[in-house]
Amino acid sequence: MTEIGRSRPVLEARSKVDGTADYVINHFRHRMLHAAIVRSTEPHADLAGIDPDAARASPGVHSVLTGQDVAQVIKDPYYGPAFHDQPILALDKVRYVGEPVALVLAEERHVAAAAAALVDVSYRGLKPVFDEVAASGEDAPLVHESLRPGAAFADLRHLAGVRGTNVALHTRLKHGDPDPAWDGGGGQVFEHEYRTQQVAHVPLEPHSAIAEFVGPDRLEVESSTQSPSFVRLELARLLGWRENQVRVIVPYLGGGFGAKLYMKLEAIATAAALIAGRPVSVAITMDEQFFTISRHATTTRIRSRVDETGKFLARAVEVYWNGGAYADIGPRVTQKSGFIAAGPYRIGAVAVDSHAVYTNRTPAGAMRGFGIPQMVFAHESHADEIAVATGLDPIELRRRNLLAEGDLHATGTRLESAATMEVLELLAAKMRWAEEIDRGSGTVRHGRGVAIGLKAVVTPTTSAATVSLAGDGSVTVRQGTVDMGQGSSTVMAVIAGQALGVPPEQIAILPPDTDATPYDMGTLGSRSTFHMGNAVLAAALDLKRQLMVLAAEVAGCSPADVSCSDGRVAGLTFEEIMTATHGARAGTVVGYGSYTPRSVAPDPKTGQSPAITPFWMVGGSGAEISVDVQTGRITVDRIVCVADAGVALNPDAARRQISGGVVMQLGMTLSEEMRYEDGQLINPGLGLYKVPTALDMPRDIDVCLIQHPHPAGPHGAKGIGETGTFAVSPAVANALADATGVRIRSLPLTAEKVLRGVYLRNGRSLR
Amino acid sequence: MTSSCTTISFTLNGRAVEALVRNDETLLELLRREFGLYGARESCGQGVCGTCTVEVGGMPVSSCIYWAVQLDGAEVTTIEALSRDGALDPVQQAFIDAGGFQCGFCTPGMIMMCRVLLRDNPEPSDDEIRRWLSGSICRCGAYPEIINAVHAAAATLRDKSDAGR
Repeated sequence: MTEIGRSRPVLEARSKVDGTADYVINHFRHRMLHAAIVRSTEPHADLAGIDPDAARASPGVHSVLTGQDVAQVIKDPYYGPAFHDQPILALDKVRYVGEPVALVLAEERHVAAAAAALVDVSYRGLKPVFDEVAASGEDAPLVHESLRPGAAFADLRHLAGVRGTNVALHTRLKHGDPDPAWDGGGGQVFEHEYRTQQVAHVPLEPHSAIAEFVGPDRLEVESSTQSPSFVRLELARLLGWRENQVRVIVPYLGGGFGAKLYMKLEAIATAAALIAGRPVSVAITMDEQFFTISRHATTTRIRSRVDETGKFLARAVEVYWNGGAYADIGPRVTQKSGFIAAGPYRIGAVAVDSHAVYTNRTPAGAMRGFGIPQMVFAHESHADEIAVATGLDPIELRRRNLLAEGDLHATGTRLESAATMEVLELLAAKMRWAEEIDRGSGTVRHGRGVAIGLKAVVTPTTSAATVSLAGDGSVTVRQGTVDMGQGSSTVMAVIAGQALGVPPEQIAILPPDTDATPYDMGTLGSRSTFHMGNAVLAAALDLKRQLMVLAAEVAGCSPADVSCSDGRVAGLTFEEIMTATHGARAGTVVGYGSYTPRSVAPDPKTGQSPAITPFWMVGGSGAEISVDVQTGRITVDRIVCVADAGVALNPDAARRQISGGVVMQLGMTLSEEMRYEDGQLINPGLGLYKVPTALDMPRDIDVCLIQHPHPAGPHGAKGIGETGTFAVSPAVANALADATGVRIRSLPLTAEKVLRGVYLRNGRSLR
Repeated sequence: MTSSCTTISFTLNGRAVEALVRNDETLLELLRREFGLYGARESCGQGVCGTCTVEVGGMPVSSCIYWAVQLDGAEVTTIEALSRDGALDPVQQAFIDAGGFQCGFCTPGMIMMCRVLLRDNPEPSDDEIRRWLSGSICRCGAYPEIINAVHAAAATLRDKSDAGR
């Protein structure tokens, strides 16, 4: 019997509908203090002074901490996954509105929050910079005096101490010979600039962390983090401790989407617990999430030379990523998404320049798609602009240029087990592309558009897991992938269950706990099913091999003669093997597995590598929309999303990941934008920042999975958690152009922009 | 910080209870602090997302902006009342069967909203469900499955009420 490919409810389904699912905000520790963060009101300023007296005098307040207090106990109090540039609490200066400046600790959360408003911080204002292109200029105000790369990435080390720039990293991709290609003549040159806006992740569970020092040399942290192993490593580094002195425990997450990756509140909670000598809880509000992390705004310039048949001959792409005040994982987004900025196309000559830029805004980091949706908006809008100019059908233009199986991608890695062509053709079929549509002639116009995107999974990374057997034969998996709603625990149970012949519903998947669960790089980038899935599979097979040896001893035969089926080895149940081996229903047998795919680091000058990724993700979207040309309002009537899934281990859950990604990306296409005035974010919180509700849903979201087993995936599976987000925005923008002739090159596609476009197109102007 | 306190009596999930509450305490805080009921959760903190929805006197309320002192004499129902004898409510079961959640953080509030809808309207249309749930946000984007779950739950409840006739 196979457990693979059968849809099933997630293992934790009951706890999620009856209210008992466990989240960090339900946790308390004896003598726990509650923290409230005092945040900068200035976008860029020297700290002139902090007066904590009024706050300290409030009844119920335990203490008020500043960056100087933290520096007394943590020698170098800067953290970050790529650059160690972010102070736990501000030192000397602030770099964005909302930056943590001080911390109030109190016996109750209310008391801490009220007292935080009494901390009097004075600033000496500095000139700020907010735009990513302006900030990369030579005369721009400097956000950081010098660059502080961390030790984790070898390719960033040469940046240490670099001064006089806001560009944290400039990565290059050079494929073929772009310069002669430009002079080569022939065809037409197209050049466009596209912009995407800064948006917020908005997990409904705001991030929270509790830190407690247990004895003199042990730290325990409970956190809603997506990356427990990283948090352990980084806290140990800050404290000057060994990793095994730090324990990070993670229950379920109420959504993450990248917002809860790397270090967020854990360092603040740890520093406060260290100083106060008591457990400290830092639980931020929804509004505060908007001052913690975001998705990069971008400016992308694409220049293409295209021959008379519509074939792309050469392409140059320049990308500026608005990283905000601290780098977080932005330099990696800059590099990884820079790799695919030229699109999933066969182009003889490609040059990409991708810049990670500091500005005085909320930091930007990883968010579902890791920069891909921004790049796909640019190259797929550009593709349709070329189609319109050359008179080619948008599907046909893509068909002529799309990379096919075995082709060399612009990174120098071959496209393998990537269903690009099939995605495009299925998309065309599902959109009934060959049929004409009625575009309308009155006040409501109709249009349709398509787009396709490609992603390489982050590489190289490692996942490890154990699968163990108790005396009664029951199976427990210890693995560090964090279940934040994507259904990873269930998939791991399916993989282990299939290997051992045990129903997945009878397998326990322990919540991540770095004292018990082996290393995992992080729950990010659609990597878990592939990487952790392979580790769990290897661990289950290791356990099975050990059981075969034990069963052979019991049965008195050779392990080679032992057969396994339906949870029995050599005809014995797991419990019988354990009992016979240990003389009682006792003992533990542990299987271990670790997975690190092969990869080759890209050449620093050209970005070329024969092995940039262990698997490719392909996602195509089509949109059918209606546009009210009197109001500019877009209604998305139907979305088709085609995803290359390898083998979907839990197909309904995989489809939900795709459609959920579509819904999220629709918000970022039509309405969501973090808006600033004079450096002040003016729409934090769900009252002002509008995410999609049930009313904003298209009538139809048609999700199609293309399933071909990936040779290196566990049971043929690969990652799909982000695939639904790739191509939604350009599909809608292209549909808008199809309906109205109005091309909008910046997200979101608001009614104001659409109406302005309609007016200008009709020769009218708006004030 | 001092604030005065009031003793209130109300019915919580069918049981008469009494609590000493601070006058600036919300219903959500009271449920979590005094009664250890964690199904209702704070998300937006502004009464716009629906994550903290519970029933007071048969009406859905945002417990994050509902003063606890207002509860004196009221009848409060939370998600925890739905499955106390081990069996799930038909709406809960429909959410499992339809896959109407991902992270699950909004789910108790969403289910409480849907139960009230189905009491008043045993056969809601797609549009009626969308409008009713427009104040209940699911950032994971499980709306299509949630709408399916409401239809399925409605069918189950109608069958039950037919069988009861």
